[in-house]
Amino acid sequence: MSSRTLPLLFINLGGEMLYILDQRLRAQNIPTDKAKKVMNDIITTMFNKKFLEELFKPQELYSKKALRTVFDRLAHASIMRLNQASMDKLYDLMTMAFKYQVLLCPRPKDLLLVSFNHMDAIKDFVRDAPSILNQVDETYRQLIEMYTALSGGEFQLIRQTLLVFFQDMHIRVSIFLKDKVQNSNGRFVLPTSGPVPCGTQIPGMIRMFSCTGEEVRRLQFPSGGGYTGALREGSFQMFGERVIKLGTNMYSVSRPVETHMSGTAKNSAQHRPAHQQC
Amino acid sequence: MYHKEKSIQIKSSASALYNNLSVLRIAPRSLTYFTVVHANVVNMVSASWDGLNFSHRQLQSKEGNIAASSSLIMQASWCVLPSRELLVLTSQKGIQMYESDGSIMVYWHALDIPETPTAQAVFARGIAAVRENYICVGVSSGSVLVFDIPSKGSNIMLSEVLEEHRESVTDMASECSGSQECIADLVTADDSGILCVWKSGEDFQLLNKIPGFDVCCSSVKLWKGTVVAGYGTGQIRLYEAVTGIVHAEVNAHARWIYSLDIAPFSGLLLSGAEDSLVRVWHLTLTPETNSVEIEHLYSECVTDTQICGAKFCDGDGYAFAVTGYDLSEIIRYTQA
Repeated sequence: MSSRTLPLLFINLGGEMLYILDQRLRAQNIPTDKAKKVMNDIITTMFNKKFLEELFKPQELYSKKALRTVFDRLAHASIMRLNQASMDKLYDLMTMAFKYQVLLCPRPKDLLLVSFNHMDAIKDFVRDAPSILNQVDETYRQLIEMYTALSGGEFQLIRQTLLVFFQDMHIRVSIFLKDKVQNSNGRFVLPTSGPVPCGTQIPGMIRMFSCTGEEVRRLQFPSGGGYTGALREGSFQMFGERVIKLGTNMYSVSRPVETHMSGTAKNSAQHRPAHQQC
Repeated sequence: MYHKEKSIQIKSSASALYNNLSVLRIAPRSLTYFTVVHANVVNMVSASWDGLNFSHRQLQSKEGNIAASSSLIMQASWCVLPSRELLVLTSQKGIQMYESDGSIMVYWHALDIPETPTAQAVFARGIAAVRENYICVGVSSGSVLVFDIPSKGSNIMLSEVLEEHRESVTDMASECSGSQECIADLVTADDSGILCVWKSGEDFQLLNKIPGFDVCCSSVKLWKGTVVAGYGTGQIRLYEAVTGIVHAEVNAHARWIYSLDIAPFSGLLLSGAEDSLVRVWHLTLTPETNSVEIEHLYSECVTDTQICGAKFCDGDGYAFAVTGYDLSEIIRYTQA
């Protein structure tokens, strides 16, 4: 489907990986300078110029296996080592987090704001390392150049391509279960209340017009939810408020144990949560 | 007004694609066929009306002779012509036409695929049977391909290419009332919301181009000369096909609309969207005043499901069926 999907998949999954690693490094009381070195090394590799040049060329998505290999290597781009089980957990968690964001983003175009939330956070991780910051900014400019001109329909195609990639993945994640945004069967909760997307009116109104264009009749019907008006649109520039929260860091220091996960829904015969840390 | 019936299980889950459900009623055999697209596979189920027998078939997106490649399917839809019924599949590689039971592929049309992928994706999407012998299929370039279908056999010909859309075609629909009095036969929609209204024939004639407002029109229907269009903003608009006059504007859904359907005998309209709601509306035509009215009849929330397909199962709208992303079942509702 869309040949412009891969950069968004890579950057958002990478962003989620960095959130988790950052949280684990802090939870394990790794000295600050050492932790910073780990983060910087991974971000340098993630934003390697040659690699990104290839990534931004129009193409089909990588296979699931190939993408996993890319992230296995990326996670090991520093001195930090993860065993197989930790890497599996890490990958499951970042994958489900991005699936959630793709599914929930109000308009397809808001996928770009989700990506910008990740990019903003990555910039913050490397704010003291100007050369890495430059690398990240270069990718930022590429993202803006490639994506801001796309239509809603083209973004919907990107979103649909991502949803095919994530199809049938129902791994249960404790942070989502605890927040009640995921059901015990691994499916995400879809709200029927809250703000409608930008450009959408709250459902409930029918307006009818005469042949000359005058409004002749107005009918109302129950919306079936508790919707409110749209929030203002987030910034699609390099700076500015994104308004939507999807793609921001959900692993704050005050929620240090949230990277624990329980088994997949497919193995639901064994409902014991597997508390494995990365 | 409607109550939930026993769901039909399918072999693999539905992908998030516009109009991802097609229904064909085969009255002589008391059967209904359903198709749902999953990535590069089409799930096909035939269900007996007594609810006792289900048989399943899966169709792969074969590209002519190249079976190895796994291109994603965009849409599967039955096309009913007076002389025959065909199942049409559109993918990233081309267009496949099967006998209605999915047993034999009778035609394959390859799309022009550039050797290195371009930023503009290539795919076919939007399928409609028009009048006696045409099947029209939309392409991502904006072209609409018109195929001339013989009453039997595989001598299918690409007879015309309509070049009015500048953006990817999303959906199309032919006049579904069966009335011979309607001038317009076909409406086609695209990513920018532009609607083209056509009269079919040896040369298709553009009757009207209804401007979009840069919002994707993801699903469209044509009933008794009225275009019903569903948009990415969750709005439904009713237009007079030939003049483009807006009859009604409905703030129908809180998210992107994925599917519309009309029960031609009763004028019931079905809409399904990403907001997990499926709604039933009633359209009334008043020929004296040349006006169309729409009222809301019924809503059903399919909890935690982004709806991708919603179709009536009969011409009266007595029953309808719904599919959703990641869902391996077809949910059915019947009037109480």
